[in-house]
Amino acid sequence: MLIKRPNDIPPSEITPETIYRQRRRFMQSVVKTTVATTVGITMPTLFSSTTAAGVLPANSQSEAIDFPRLKTSLLSTDEDQTPFKKIKNYANFYEFGTGKADPKAHAHTLKPRPWSIPVVGEVEKPQMFDIEDILTKFTLEERIYRLRCVEGWSMVIPWVGFPLRDLIKRAQPTARAKFIQFITLHDTQQMPGQKSPVLDWPYQEGLRIDEAMHPLTILSVGLYGQLLPNENGAPLRLVVPWKYGFKSIKSIVKIRFVEQQPSTSWEQYASDVYGFYANVNPDVPHPRWSQKKERRIGEFFKRKTLMFNGYGEQVAALYNNMDLRKYY
Amino acid sequence: MIGRLGANPAETIIHETGQWGLRFLLLTLCVTPLRLISGWHDINKRFQLRKLFGLYAFFYSSLHFIAYGLLEHSVDLSAIFSDIVTIPAMTIGFIAFILMIPLAITSNSTLIKRLGKQRWKQLHYLTYPIAIAAVVHFWWLAQTKADISEPLIYATLLTILLLLRYPPLLERLTKKK
Repeated sequence: MLIKRPNDIPPSEITPETIYRQRRRFMQSVVKTTVATTVGITMPTLFSSTTAAGVLPANSQSEAIDFPRLKTSLLSTDEDQTPFKKIKNYANFYEFGTGKADPKAHAHTLKPRPWSIPVVGEVEKPQMFDIEDILTKFTLEERIYRLRCVEGWSMVIPWVGFPLRDLIKRAQPTARAKFIQFITLHDTQQMPGQKSPVLDWPYQEGLRIDEAMHPLTILSVGLYGQLLPNENGAPLRLVVPWKYGFKSIKSIVKIRFVEQQPSTSWEQYASDVYGFYANVNPDVPHPRWSQKKERRIGEFFKRKTLMFNGYGEQVAALYNNMDLRKYY
Repeated sequence: MIGRLGANPAETIIHETGQWGLRFLLLTLCVTPLRLISGWHDINKRFQLRKLFGLYAFFYSSLHFIAYGLLEHSVDLSAIFSDIVTIPAMTIGFIAFILMIPLAITSNSTLIKRLGKQRWKQLHYLTYPIAIAAVVHFWWLAQTKADISEPLIYATLLTILLLLRYPPLLERLTKKK
């Protein structure tokens, strides 16, 4: 007896073989992604060899952990930290180009070793610090600070460093040391952006001695539990969290104690726009934009800028009798 | 990172929409010299490139202004107003944008006819101050970041395009039939 072909499925509706096979592959990838995501979310340390304070699991496979036991600090904020990738890829470091992604792209020519920093000027004990000494002689802490750029963006950065005060105490400043000056490397081979005269090289910054002695002020050697990436100011930089970011000078090669207020690079460029103090202040506008708001990297809309970048409780007393509109 | 928008996507959006507005403005100013020098009159008669580029310039400038209002100020009108009246770089940018509006409106053929050829032409000469204002806006903003290399390029191109408008020079370059 002839078996009749069922005639309710016309030949045109038979799924072509290519689509049938694609669908199997698609279903397989959905399952794989679901499993991977579930594992990734619930067991992030499954594949990392160690967990150290301030290190993201995502980084622990590819980069060495340099600071396994860091002191924590009460001065750290508990706000959401800006992802490491964004800190590296978005920075102003004109020594490597004026674009935000330029430092990451071009800082590979910087050689952070060997590196030594003379501490000179109005001090009883002028001395040379080798970066390796710095890493061993000072007690390193994790300091999670807000950083507010004068341009109107900000980040929360887990620095590794030590109070500048510790270094100052070793140098023993004299009574004439009213200010402290910092100078960045000047080497067009290592820092090709310096071939362009956008700023007068080398980059210079300075602090009043009481600002330098403040517990919040640190010299930083690392970031996210690792040595400072070149693009973030390796091997040693300053971090002054209550001031605009340009005060936090990078790749320091010299520290000098002086009697007169030192000239600083952005102030040299445009003294009507950039001042020596550069305290974060929503009430003092920049000539081209208001400083009332800032964009926290990772957020789309702007948020309110806080006086002294939210560190007013700790630092306002330093400026009690100063007209901050005059001393911007 | 949101792909190619980078770590600060809001800033990228504001910057790029502004740049494209400026580029289309300059492209608009390229059309007539190109037409006269090449003798290829279809550029306007058939393809209406000047209208196309002009409208794109307006489109991107509008996006630029909206992005600025939304992403910088969350549409706080008093903050936007304050910026525009107190900051020269913003004042001139706003002027450039405002002046584009009547040009965009009169790109429509019914309105062209109503205005009459003479008046329409006179109105659209505003393209020159608009382009200059836009470049100055960009220049003043970039200046405070110590890097005027981008606006310098636009300023150079604009200068060339405006010089090409100089009648004796244009006469010389025009392709004779």
